[in-house]
Amino acid sequence: MTSFQRRTFIKNSIKTGLVLGATGLAPSVLTACSGLNKQSTKNIGRVVVIGGGYAGLTAAKYMRMWSAGNIEVVVIEKSSQFVSCPLSNLVLGGSKNINDLTFGYDLAQKNHGITWVSDEVTAIDAANKTVVMKRDKLTYDRLIIAPGVDMMYDALPNLEAAQQEVPHAWKAGWQTVNLRKQLEAMPDGGVFVMSVPRAPYRCPPGPYERACQVANYLKAHKPKSKIIVLDANAEITSKKGLFTKVWADMYPSMVDYRPNNIIAEVDIKTKTVKTDFETVTANVLNIIPPQRAGRPARLASVDNADKRWCEVSFITYESTAVPNVHVIGDAIDSNLPKSAHMATNQARICASAVVELMSNRAPDPAPVFANTCYSFVSDKEAMHVATVYRYDANKKIMMAAEGGGVSRKPSVQEGNYAQAWAANIWSDVLT
Amino acid sequence: MKNYFSWFLVLILTTSVGLSNIGNAAEVLVSTDTLSNTPHIRTLAASCAACHGSNGNALHGNAVLAGMEGGQFTAAMLAFKDGSRPATVMHRHAKGLNIDEINLLAAYFSQQKPMSSQQPKPQTLKASHD
Repeated sequence: MTSFQRRTFIKNSIKTGLVLGATGLAPSVLTACSGLNKQSTKNIGRVVVIGGGYAGLTAAKYMRMWSAGNIEVVVIEKSSQFVSCPLSNLVLGGSKNINDLTFGYDLAQKNHGITWVSDEVTAIDAANKTVVMKRDKLTYDRLIIAPGVDMMYDALPNLEAAQQEVPHAWKAGWQTVNLRKQLEAMPDGGVFVMSVPRAPYRCPPGPYERACQVANYLKAHKPKSKIIVLDANAEITSKKGLFTKVWADMYPSMVDYRPNNIIAEVDIKTKTVKTDFETVTANVLNIIPPQRAGRPARLASVDNADKRWCEVSFITYESTAVPNVHVIGDAIDSNLPKSAHMATNQARICASAVVELMSNRAPDPAPVFANTCYSFVSDKEAMHVATVYRYDANKKIMMAAEGGGVSRKPSVQEGNYAQAWAANIWSDVLT
Repeated sequence: MKNYFSWFLVLILTTSVGLSNIGNAAEVLVSTDTLSNTPHIRTLAASCAACHGSNGNALHGNAVLAGMEGGQFTAAMLAFKDGSRPATVMHRHAKGLNIDEINLLAAYFSQQKPMSSQQPKPQTLKASHD
């Protein structure tokens, strides 16, 4: 823990009474610092949220809003900053800096009276409704786990310790900066090799957007270079026609797309990759490993879909395995794309259901929400996939409604809308 | 409310405190103001926040939905739905919603107070971050 984190932790601990341990978290202390004490609040219980990403933060904020401050909301997050995955491919392209995508958690806490705990979860005792952290523990009435994804290195164990040399950069942060630096250092005529894991993985169009961003940079600065995309899938998994056309029209003979290529072996030193069909050597190598629900989901034993993802009800996002534990965001097992907008949608349905359940009312039996996902194909042009999803009572899943689809072609206008999307979702989630 | 669709004939399911005990159905007249303030509509409306801001208070030049007159909202959505108003993305959302949802979203947003949304301030990434 850095001294900054320690100070913040102590400060928050004093505010919440956390130093006294889980049971010392007095409701009166919480509402006093919530900013909502002008209206009369009556505490109807405590919800602990694990994870301060798009999903966890949104759930925390909307539970405070929709319960009119009557639910105590405690967020446990180990990082002291929020770094946006959406738009982080633009750091590789060079039109964004990682510091454009990095934010603090202060406004969300202050504006909504969310209690913040900077700590890491080490165990979850669902039978006793208790979350154990490195430094403390907390009890809950309901628990929401928004753990994001963990990378799986089972198939390529030598890669796990070699993330400096071969970054995944699939969580925005220093790995993104590292990959950008490697691209900057690559000679003209070099080869950038990236891999795509078999679906489902975080951000379906993300790898193909990444290929566009790297191509955009190389075209301007190192035009003799090549990009090889080794895709474990049989075809491009999102916006296929659009990406294929963009590569052909905007980056001719630069992007070499190779489907059905699962990586079997990686030599870190020579940056050589073997698949079942071929051997490829890279100057810069970016392997995006397969993913699973983040560690807190495993600690709560809610990763009941192939020990990888979490099965939930799409009315409440409560785990099908453990009562009073909800899971939202990329970690769930569903036919929904693992996107930031989708994570916020699930978070709000979950938040609303939790407010209703804790108020002894029935949650909405048939949720509907919309998803809009933009991909940048250059520094300025973007394209969308957008769909409304509607709960299907027979199948008990969210189904795509009619009218969904993708852009006719990428455009600067949609690039501006994509920037507006980022500004608005950041404002909604972080303030 | 001045909207022409202020009243709906709806099927109300009366619920008791217990969740399993969903009982008698009755047809009653309910105003859109009441109907729009339900979990179904508040979550659907909040789904628009990614582009239109919290409670419809958009940043970055996108349409501000907070306080928009209900008839204007409905007319725009119906025009997106039938294609008479050109769009890059809005026709996809309008086509996925039914007329009741569009009317109730109109009522919901018309009741939201226009205010300026905050923008979080970018920070320098700390060395301690992953």
